[in-house]
Amino acid sequence: MRTIRFLLQKEFRQIFRNRSILVMVLVMPVMQLFILPLAANYEVKNINLAIIDNDHSSYSQKLISKITASGYFRLTGYVFSYKEALHLIEEDKADLLLEIPHGFEKNLVKDNHEQLFVAVNAINGTKANLGGVYLSSVIRDENNEIRLQLVEPARFQAQPGVEITTSNWFNPYLDYHLFMVPGILAVLVTMIGGFLTALNIVKEKEVGTIEQINVTPIKKHHFILGKLIPFWVLGNVVFTLGLVVARLAYGIMPAGSILLLYGFVWVYLLAVLGFGLLVSTYCDTQQQAMFIMFFFIMIFILMGGLFTPIDSMPDWAQVVTRFNPVSYLIDVMRMIVLKGSGIRDVLPRLGVILLFALVLNTWAVLNYRKTS
Amino acid sequence: MIETNKLSKRFGDFIATNEITFEVDKGEIFGFLGANGAGKTTAMRMLCGLSTPSSGTATIAGFDIYKQTEQIKKNIGYMSQKFSLYEDLTVTENIRFFGGIYGLSNQQLKTKSQQLIHDLGLEKEAKKLVGALPLGWKQKLSFSIAVLHEPKIVFLDEPTGGVDPITRRQFWNLIYDAADRGVTVFVTTHYMDEAEYCNRISIMVDGRIKALDTPRNLKNSFHAASMDEVFYALARGAKRSE
Repeated sequence: MRTIRFLLQKEFRQIFRNRSILVMVLVMPVMQLFILPLAANYEVKNINLAIIDNDHSSYSQKLISKITASGYFRLTGYVFSYKEALHLIEEDKADLLLEIPHGFEKNLVKDNHEQLFVAVNAINGTKANLGGVYLSSVIRDENNEIRLQLVEPARFQAQPGVEITTSNWFNPYLDYHLFMVPGILAVLVTMIGGFLTALNIVKEKEVGTIEQINVTPIKKHHFILGKLIPFWVLGNVVFTLGLVVARLAYGIMPAGSILLLYGFVWVYLLAVLGFGLLVSTYCDTQQQAMFIMFFFIMIFILMGGLFTPIDSMPDWAQVVTRFNPVSYLIDVMRMIVLKGSGIRDVLPRLGVILLFALVLNTWAVLNYRKTS
Repeated sequence: MIETNKLSKRFGDFIATNEITFEVDKGEIFGFLGANGAGKTTAMRMLCGLSTPSSGTATIAGFDIYKQTEQIKKNIGYMSQKFSLYEDLTVTENIRFFGGIYGLSNQQLKTKSQQLIHDLGLEKEAKKLVGALPLGWKQKLSFSIAVLHEPKIVFLDEPTGGVDPITRRQFWNLIYDAADRGVTVFVTTHYMDEAEYCNRISIMVDGRIKALDTPRNLKNSFHAASMDEVFYALARGAKRSE
C-alpha cells in the first residue's frame, strides 16, 4: 500500500508539472464540447437549388417563393435551360434542380394536372436525399393549396387516406444536441483516458526511467495501479467538466440518475485505461503507441454508434461493435441522459464493461515485464 | 557476493555474452572493462535481473538469478548508462520516491535524504527539478540514490561517462565511501585511470572474459606500463565494434 502511495505522489506531481496534460484535460474537452455539437448536426440546411422556370407565371412564382421561404433552400441559380442548370451542378453550385415546364399554370388550371421535374446531385448522399425529400414535401403542400383554390370546397370529396403522425419520445423536438453531446462526451473521455495512459508508460521506456523502476523490488500490479489511478481521476475530471458544459451550454440534464451515470463511467474508465496500458506494454516508443491508439480509436468512434446507428450496420460490423467499449458508453449515456434508464436497463452493459476492464487490466499486468 | 558460471545471453544468432565465469567478493570494487559492444551492459543487466540469461548459472548475494530475481532486486542498487531519475521531479522528490519504493520508513527517508543532500552539497538545489542540474551532479545524485537503501551490491554502468575530471574524482570518492561501508561495487568504465582504482578488473572481448586480475598483476603479466596498454593488447583483436 505504501508503495502505491509513493507511486501516486510521483505521478500526480508529474501530471501537475506537465502543462500540456493539464491543457489536454481541462481545456480541450470543454472547447470540443462547445464546437463539435454545433458542427456535427444531422439537420440539412443551405441546400443549393437551381430553378429552371420555363413558365414565368404567377403560379410558378408562387411555388418558387414558397420553396425559398421554407428556409432549407438557397436559390443559387435561376436559369432558362436544363443545360445551363446541369452546368451549375457540374460546377458544384447546385445540389438540386427544379424544372417548371412551359405551360405549367395553363395545364394546371385547364387539365388539373402538371408534372414537375427534380434532378438531384447525389455526390453528397445525405444532402441530396434529404433535400429531395424536403422539396417534395414543399411541393406537396403547395399542391394541396392549389387544389383547395381550384376545386370548390363544396365539391371537394373527402378522399380516404392514411396520414401518419409521429411523436418523438425522449427527445420531442428532435434536438440534435441532446443526441450528440452525450455521445461526444463519451468519445472525449475515451480518447483522453486512452491516449494519456498509453503514452505515459511508453514515455518512461523512452526516457529510460522504467529501467530504474524495474530494478527495484516493486510489484507489477502496484506499478500498474500507480499508473491507473491517476488517469482514472483525470478521466472523472474530464467527464464532470463535460457534464457541466452540457448543462450550461446546452441545458442538458440527465433524465436518469447521475450516480448511475458516474457508476458506469467509473467502471468504463477502468476498461479504457486498461486498454491504454495494454497498448503501452507492447510499444517501445511514443510514436508506436500513438499510431496504435489512433487505429483503435478511429474504429471505436466510427463503429461506436456516434454518427451512424449500429442497427443499420452490416451483421459482421455489428459483431465488431460488441467488442467496442465506446459503443457501450455511448449507448448507456444516451439511455440515462435521454431516456432516464435505471440500473436494471444498464446492468447487462455494465457487466460487459466490467469484463472488459478485468481482462484488459490483467492482460496489461501480465504483459508488463520487469525482465526481458 | 556475485558468482557466475558460464553465464550466456544470446539474441538469435548473436551471442552477446559468452559463458562468462567469475566471482566478486564482499566489499570489493570490481571493474568490468571491455570495448563498446563487448557485452558488458548485457552481462550487467542479467546480473541485475533485468534480462534473463540464455544459459549458465549465477547467484547474486546468495540468490538465484533465475528464480529469485525479486529478492536480488531488494539487495542491489543499479545506476544505468542512461540517466534515469525523474527529470520533472525535484532532488528531494526523487530521493523520497526511490527510497519509498525500496521500503524505507518515513523516519529513514527524512534523515537519509537530509544526509544525502548534505553530503553532496545540494542544499540549494534540493527543491530544483533534477532536469536543471548539470550532468556531473545528476550522476552523483543518481549514485547516491542507488545506494540509499543500503544494498549489498551496487551495479554502475559507465557512471562517469561525459563527466569532467574533478567530478569523476568526487564520484570515485563516493564509490570508496560505499565500499568502506561494505557495499560491493560492480562498475563498468572506459577510463583506464578509473580501472586502476578498482581492486580487481576483468576485461571482456567479444562477449568473453579475456583477463581477470588485480590491475598490478595484469600489468605485470602483459609487461605493460599502464592499464591502457593492457587494454589495447586485449581489445585490438576484437571483431565486434560499434
